[in-house]
Amino acid sequence: MAAAEGGEVKLIGSWPSPFVLRARVALNLKGVEYEYLQEKPGPKSELLLRSNPVYKKIPVLLHHCKPVCESMIIVEYVDVVWAAATRAILPADPYERALHRFWAAYIDGKLFPSVVAIAKDEPKMAKVEAVEQLHTGIKLMEEAFERLSKGKGFFGGDAIGYLDIALGCFLGWFKVCEEVTGLKFLDEEKSPLLVGWAERFCSDEAVKDVMPENERLEEYTKLCRAFAAD
Amino acid sequence: MAEGASEGLVLLDFWVSPFGQRCRIALAEKGVEYEYREENLRDKSPLLLKSNPVHKKIPVLIDHGKPVCESLNIVQYIDEKWPDRAPLLPADPYARAEARFWADLVEKKVCIPPPPPRMYESGTKLWKLKGEAQEEATKEFIEMLKLLEGELGDKKYFGGEMFGLVDIALIPFTAWFYSYEACAKLSTEKEVPKLVAWGKRCRERESVSKSLPDPLKVYEFVCFLKKVYGIE
Repeated sequence: MAAAEGGEVKLIGSWPSPFVLRARVALNLKGVEYEYLQEKPGPKSELLLRSNPVYKKIPVLLHHCKPVCESMIIVEYVDVVWAAATRAILPADPYERALHRFWAAYIDGKLFPSVVAIAKDEPKMAKVEAVEQLHTGIKLMEEAFERLSKGKGFFGGDAIGYLDIALGCFLGWFKVCEEVTGLKFLDEEKSPLLVGWAERFCSDEAVKDVMPENERLEEYTKLCRAFAAD
Repeated sequence: MAEGASEGLVLLDFWVSPFGQRCRIALAEKGVEYEYREENLRDKSPLLLKSNPVHKKIPVLIDHGKPVCESLNIVQYIDEKWPDRAPLLPADPYARAEARFWADLVEKKVCIPPPPPRMYESGTKLWKLKGEAQEEATKEFIEMLKLLEGELGDKKYFGGEMFGLVDIALIPFTAWFYSYEACAKLSTEKEVPKLVAWGKRCRERESVSKSLPDPLKVYEFVCFLKKVYGIE
């Protein structure tokens, strides 16, 4: 196991969060043993507030008690610290790296807000826009997959890479959006490559035990909306 | 001049853009030659639209025909493409993660919803808004600067002795301080003196002094924009 090389590793997280999932997948890919500290609902823990005073958000990786915040920054950190463990998460070529980072930023900047707007059942106009944005985004990711995968199974080629993690961790939430709207976002016809990729990603050893189940995410979404409506 | 950009390095940019300036500073730090192309943002070139179809924005660095978009992404690309000189990120993985975190903070403050008070947007609000809204925006802006000043502390640069990613991310916005101060009646010297001193230190570097516009020219540009937006 790779833990000994790194020393004590903890991850502060919350099970529905796609951002926390990113950190978990990265750690699992590297075979890192870590203690998972699930934040309870309600007031944030003292440890979280101390470790991420700027944003007060999960995930936070604690390595030798030193905090690393922001999901994709955690992924890069894990990739470098446990470089010897398994194959790299980020590609070696600077241009490929730039492409992976560009699309990860796109996912966070454009896809994530759309997912939130849909899942939270925002007022009509915002939801219509969000649905359109999500459709556009998935179309772009389908094209990006074709270019970056070069005929292989993942954005990262033969195995899960940086962009696979960035997008893959939203798959559960895409399904929630499909439930909420009754629309298909990832479908065989418009995004066949991503449909195939999604199955491979979700069934990967590093992902399958930590990806939240759909029913659980749907329940959670309903609860959040009921709570917000009160 | 060739329409395309299949040879060498081309930077599609706009003179006053702090995002473009980040790329110019990084290229200058590395001593890399490139062709600078000024874009007319009201009439974007076919090359820009082809190179950045997703966002259609500058800056775009085109490296032998291959476009790289998003300024901090471009800066990291430049750092990784020319690793043999002037490193822009520290070698230590933890220090690198910290640098990325603070550069990302300059870029945005995650806040869903309401829309994030981005550095650029936060500053933009200072000249676009009036009255109470402007006061609120000013308060937010100062808070953000103080947070950054706290992180800088007594260090020479954000990375310590090494001028790097966080300095590059932030320094172009200092050219806008004069404009913000004129429009919103604030004094950065008074509110964040350490940050102002850091700004002066950065501008002593040739890469920065050559890449940043004259604050007075920026103010002229802001006044022009205010006329365009009909703000008095």
